[in-house]
Amino acid sequence: MAVTAQAVPTDLGKTLQRDMLATYYGALETANEDGVPVAYLFIPGNIVELTRTFGFLPVYPEINALQCGIKKVAGENIVRAEDLGYSSDVCGYVKNDIGLMLKDRQSPFGRIPKPDLLVCNYSGCNTFIKWFEGLAHFYGAEMFLLDIPYIRGRGATESDVAYVVAQLEELIDVCERRTGVTFSEAKLRETLEYSRQAEDLWVEILNLARERPSPFDSYFEAVFYMAPINILRGTPETVEYYRQVLREMKSRVGEGHGPVPEEKFRVVIEGPPPWPHFRAFWELFKRWGVVAVASTYSKVGGLYDQGLRHDPSRPLESIAEYAMNSYTNWNLPMRADLLRRYVETYDADALVIHSVKSCRSFSVGQADFREEFVNELGIPTLMVESDLADPRYFQEAQLRNRIDAFFESLQQRRLTGAVA
Amino acid sequence: MTALPGTVEELRSLVEDVTFPRVREWKESGGKVVGSFPVYAPMELVHAAGMLPVHLFGAGGGVEIEGADSRIQSFVCSIARSTLELGLRGNLQPFDGFVFTNICDVARNLSGVWTRNFRDRMVEYLHLPQNVGSGAAVDFMVRELRRLLASLEQVSGRTVSEDDLRRSVAVFEENRRLARELSRIRAESPWLIPAHEAYLLLRAGGLMPKEEHTTLLRKALADVASRPSRPMDRVRILLVGSFCEQPPIALLRAVEDAGCYVVDDDLALGLRFIERPVVADGDPLRSLAAAFVGGAANSSVCHTVRPKTEWLLERAKALRVDGVLFCTAKFCEPALYDYVPYKEVLDRAGVPSLHVEFEEKMNAFDQAKTQVETFVESVLFEEA
Repeated sequence: MAVTAQAVPTDLGKTLQRDMLATYYGALETANEDGVPVAYLFIPGNIVELTRTFGFLPVYPEINALQCGIKKVAGENIVRAEDLGYSSDVCGYVKNDIGLMLKDRQSPFGRIPKPDLLVCNYSGCNTFIKWFEGLAHFYGAEMFLLDIPYIRGRGATESDVAYVVAQLEELIDVCERRTGVTFSEAKLRETLEYSRQAEDLWVEILNLARERPSPFDSYFEAVFYMAPINILRGTPETVEYYRQVLREMKSRVGEGHGPVPEEKFRVVIEGPPPWPHFRAFWELFKRWGVVAVASTYSKVGGLYDQGLRHDPSRPLESIAEYAMNSYTNWNLPMRADLLRRYVETYDADALVIHSVKSCRSFSVGQADFREEFVNELGIPTLMVESDLADPRYFQEAQLRNRIDAFFESLQQRRLTGAVA
Repeated sequence: MTALPGTVEELRSLVEDVTFPRVREWKESGGKVVGSFPVYAPMELVHAAGMLPVHLFGAGGGVEIEGADSRIQSFVCSIARSTLELGLRGNLQPFDGFVFTNICDVARNLSGVWTRNFRDRMVEYLHLPQNVGSGAAVDFMVRELRRLLASLEQVSGRTVSEDDLRRSVAVFEENRRLARELSRIRAESPWLIPAHEAYLLLRAGGLMPKEEHTTLLRKALADVASRPSRPMDRVRILLVGSFCEQPPIALLRAVEDAGCYVVDDDLALGLRFIERPVVADGDPLRSLAAAFVGGAANSSVCHTVRPKTEWLLERAKALRVDGVLFCTAKFCEPALYDYVPYKEVLDRAGVPSLHVEFEEKMNAFDQAKTQVETFVESVLFEEA
């Protein structure tokens, strides 16, 4: 065991993904000049496998926004967009993107290319439409709106899938027209196979958080591990990445090694992190020995752990199913049910909700199902508010008080429970 | 039957009464009621099922937000919070069902909040197709309409025939035709009917039986045409951004009193969302779907193949407006996003514009009035 453990460098998963992102951003820098077509896409439910087969390089404005958040430049980008006329009440990710555009798309991780095509995968977020309508206006770029029905009832229906497939066929025509490349189903199948393999491995990793202690934090660390599958899905490098991370996590399990010195509380976290204050936010939990064993944010790029897979034998159908089943494209009863199941299957002590102003798609409904968790299911639930991109909404002292009070009472409950 | 509300004050009290007197009256006489959250829902289906279609528009500041405060965060628009508040307080007791659509993230998620809080009622989320350029959009919408109709049939306990649907489509079409006529008169002779009055007339249509409202509109049209009013020296304004949450009536009056003729607006847009005449000769659901996909009003809540900015410029030109007033609800993301490109193209075309933000609870209008007065003065100065 010890030998295996030593063979895996610490934090390999994080280091590797950082290198992969650097390579990705490097390729983006010269895309416009090199004549490589660029497609802008959103993360939830995107159809990158399809645009890849036409040679489009994908740009994800949400990823750029979160990177700007971590690099602490989102604040200034947001202010620039507000100077142009964007309200203080709209999404910080959108404003970060507009702010980048106004700065000639210069980011701390390189220059972002202009879009040749805006593929609005309208899955789980209405703001996506407004966002790309705005970009279409400012860049004069073509926009394709892939209408992905929100889930009504308990899941995607066959006719919904057929509707999305019909639009994918129309999108294929657009991609052919824009690139001059003829659609190759064989190539699409090959790309989907890489996606499927990475998805299998990623699920295996996520499931390891059921161990005690959990080998990794399924929120604060998983957001790094999920980067390759969100950004570079459909490539052999991504499959290899998850192979390595799985090895790293298995070795952590073998060593009994986790993200905190002693795992005291296991929680499920709902909602995106406050990127501009990511470390500070994590520290507020770490000091209580809190480990996130499952999170919904790490599933925004795909609910693979719920059985969802890209499938080379059903190329467009599986892309459509994937597109429909992004986390925020699930209705609230389904989301609340998933959270409840996470609490059960990962043996969590509590649910933590981070409600962000920017993203109403995530936030509206959280306060409502909190009532259900507390009053009907008896699951201790903490709800705190800040933002995912706008640093102005992070009130550290207030957050600390709320978090301290919550875990203090959990600790108290545990002690009195033990006595009784 | 209550007599038709004739005067502006009567209309206003009907619209502002959060106890829904006409709805209760209908309910007490044994009918069923289905409400829709803005902006658009095909209420013809509710009508065809023999139920009263009601357009919900929040509480307009008529209730204190208490119960809804713990269920919807403070950074969400008034209408989402106050409509839920009405439900939690029992004001919506006469309603048998509710319909929500994908106008924004708030409205979409609200369908789930309502599913949990009103478990004994029908709560439907209708996915309106957004890729209106797709060849598959109409078929998809037909399926959505069929799904909604099945739910409505269950609530009403009655099977709806194609003839029922055709009749309802015709009833609604006649109503919209009169509403279009009223819009035409306003655009041509805005001195004949103030915007707030036209608005109240329209809003009343979401609170009473459609046929009755059609009679009311007909009466109003005859009355308006015979008014002796004369044009005054005012600037012609297009009001944009109030398609969902509605501005306080006092704000509309303040805008008019500041020296504006609001010659067109998107107030209560859902009541006249389909701009193209709908003829239900074949499959009525297909007619409705095609009308939505190809003939919906321009608004921030439906994607269009042609940029919306082109629509705005054309509209401003066709109406010969002196300026555009962006009148948007606090926290209304769709309107606030569109505002930026809209303003940019107007600036480039030399059309003056002003942005005023409102909330349901707003109760002081002097500042807004001063803002609009200053705007009017600058427009007049530019033109002089």
